[in-house]
Amino acid sequence: MANTLFVRPETLTPDPFHYCPGCGHGIIHRLVAEVIDELGVRETTIGVASVGCSVLAYKYFNFDMQQAAHGRAPAVATGIKRVLPDRVVFTYQGDGDLASIGLAEIVHAAARGEKITVIFVNNANYGMTGGQMAPTTLPGQKTTTSPAGRSVDQAGYPIRVSEMLATLDGPAYIARVSIHNPPQIFKAKKAIRKAFETQLRGTGFTLVEVLSSCPTNWGMKPAEAFSWLEKNMLPYFPLGEYKAASGVSQDD
Amino acid sequence: MKILMKGNEAIGEAAVLAGCRYFFGYPITPQTELLEYLSRRLPEAGGVFLQAESEIAAINMVYGAAGAGARVMTSSSGPGLSLKQEGISFLAAAELPCVIVNVMRGGPGLGGIQPSQADYFQATRGGGHGDYRLPVLAPACVQEMVDLTVRAFTLADQYRTPVMILADGLLGQMMEPVELPAAPVNELPAKPWATTGCKGRQKNIINTLYLNPEELEAVNQRLQEKFAAITKKEARAEEYLVENADIIVVAFGIVARIAKEAVKVAHAQGIRAGLVRPVTLWPFPEKILAAAAARAKAVLTVEMNAGQMIEDVRLAVGNERVHFYGRMGGMVPTSKAILEQIRKIGGIVRGKYAVRPA
Ligand SMILES: Cc1ncc(C[n+]2csc(CCOP(=O)(O)OP(=O)(O)O)c2C)c(N)n1
Repeated sequence: MANTLFVRPETLTPDPFHYCPGCGHGIIHRLVAEVIDELGVRETTIGVASVGCSVLAYKYFNFDMQQAAHGRAPAVATGIKRVLPDRVVFTYQGDGDLASIGLAEIVHAAARGEKITVIFVNNANYGMTGGQMAPTTLPGQKTTTSPAGRSVDQAGYPIRVSEMLATLDGPAYIARVSIHNPPQIFKAKKAIRKAFETQLRGTGFTLVEVLSSCPTNWGMKPAEAFSWLEKNMLPYFPLGEYKAASGVSQDD
Repeated sequence: MKILMKGNEAIGEAAVLAGCRYFFGYPITPQTELLEYLSRRLPEAGGVFLQAESEIAAINMVYGAAGAGARVMTSSSGPGLSLKQEGISFLAAAELPCVIVNVMRGGPGLGGIQPSQADYFQATRGGGHGDYRLPVLAPACVQEMVDLTVRAFTLADQYRTPVMILADGLLGQMMEPVELPAAPVNELPAKPWATTGCKGRQKNIINTLYLNPEELEAVNQRLQEKFAAITKKEARAEEYLVENADIIVVAFGIVARIAKEAVKVAHAQGIRAGLVRPVTLWPFPEKILAAAAARAKAVLTVEMNAGQMIEDVRLAVGNERVHFYGRMGGMVPTSKAILEQIRKIGGIVRGKYAVRPA
């Protein structure tokens, strides 16, 4: 296994990532690419890039891709999957995209049991536009639009997307994972693989929420950012499987 | 063989016969029968009907399905069309063929559910953000709901563009005998650009983002060339009694049908009136109108709005001779009222008339 980590997955193009040092998107792209390679579905996969830092994902993934309007990736993926039910269709979305402007689309895609996979990158802020408050920004967390720290009186509370969607009957697999250290990255990949396998079985909607870092906008060094994630995000966003064929398990 | 059909349902059946197998929509009066019809008809034809959570979701489902190479349609009315505008801009930018139906009702705001033509600007000026246009077809009877729906799918694929059918509540709700196309479309044009999985080829990307301004300007130039080609080739209008006409009435959709009656009566009364009915609102048939109005002393634009198409009429024939009559809020002009306007402009004097431009 260790060897394969140094081979570029066929599913990634040679384009260098534009992501900031320590940004989680590069790691998560790679995990998705490795899973697509391992499942041998590169040529039958259609990805949907969302609006956010990962908007250029269509450049990095070496398969057919559509780029969607802000928040609408689940609707776009629905259109694709309904036309091509035997293809693998997934969206790659940030927390502003999915949990704010696109909340209706994600909830209804999940409720319909749309047979797609959603890779949901939760970095607790709006990365692309420069670190504004997101629906996942933690209470007290400073962002460029909550300069004194998110006030729950004024801006309310973060949304726990995985828990919320797990209350619906449409999803077949929902998990929250993190990438703050190598063992967690390994677990994250397993969950992503499970989600795509579930899609291939056609049993329902699948989503993996990946807790990720944004050192640039958090104003931290990459290593500090991972520690911050572990210390602050994990208590608010517990890791684990919220919906799975074999039942639900929360990590310790 | 002719069958009796409601306008909204006729669009639905025509779409199926044109090879459309996917519909994404949301209920809103006065277009809901189209949704209801396709919810029965599409599964029967091996297609998919999906009631979306909103018009925003619906138009983005259209984006995905069109990008996957399908013939696909959505429909709505006023408020729903406003919600679709971002998606339509994306469809135009990504050059994705699809058909969007607007069965217009009175606005602004929630407005009302009676027929209107108040979305002319929204439809013909692009509606969403950025420099784009899309073909807008305006049926005037249920038969044309059928014919122009089929035409819309052809144009959409030919030019890789969203195409709009701009009808109104009256056309959507009324029943008329129609002749459906004899041969359904079974084979769709090849779409090698579609995202269907990259087996055996390079990957395809459907995208509207160009961060490099030079590249984005080049994309815009290419789009403008396409719009110019459509403008040159696809403008259509119906003309009625325009030869030697002193007064040209310009109206589209259901209003043109009412105006035709007024023109006919005016003619019988010795007023040389004619009618130009734009069938394509974009591209606007300006050459046809300019030629028809070349010797006319006055041009009367009649619309179910406060005067929107009149701007295109003025661009085609100049400001001086152009008059306007319109009703708003779901009120439909009567042929009598239009005739009155014609007579007013025509100023009948003992069987002869002299035009007094207002
Ligand atoms: C309709 C619309 N509103 C706003 C924007 C501007 N915008 C671009 S990216 C973005 C935030 C994305 O944040 P997130 O989804 O959290 O992804 P990240 O950049 O953090 O990966 C916003 C608000 C837009 N492109 N479209």
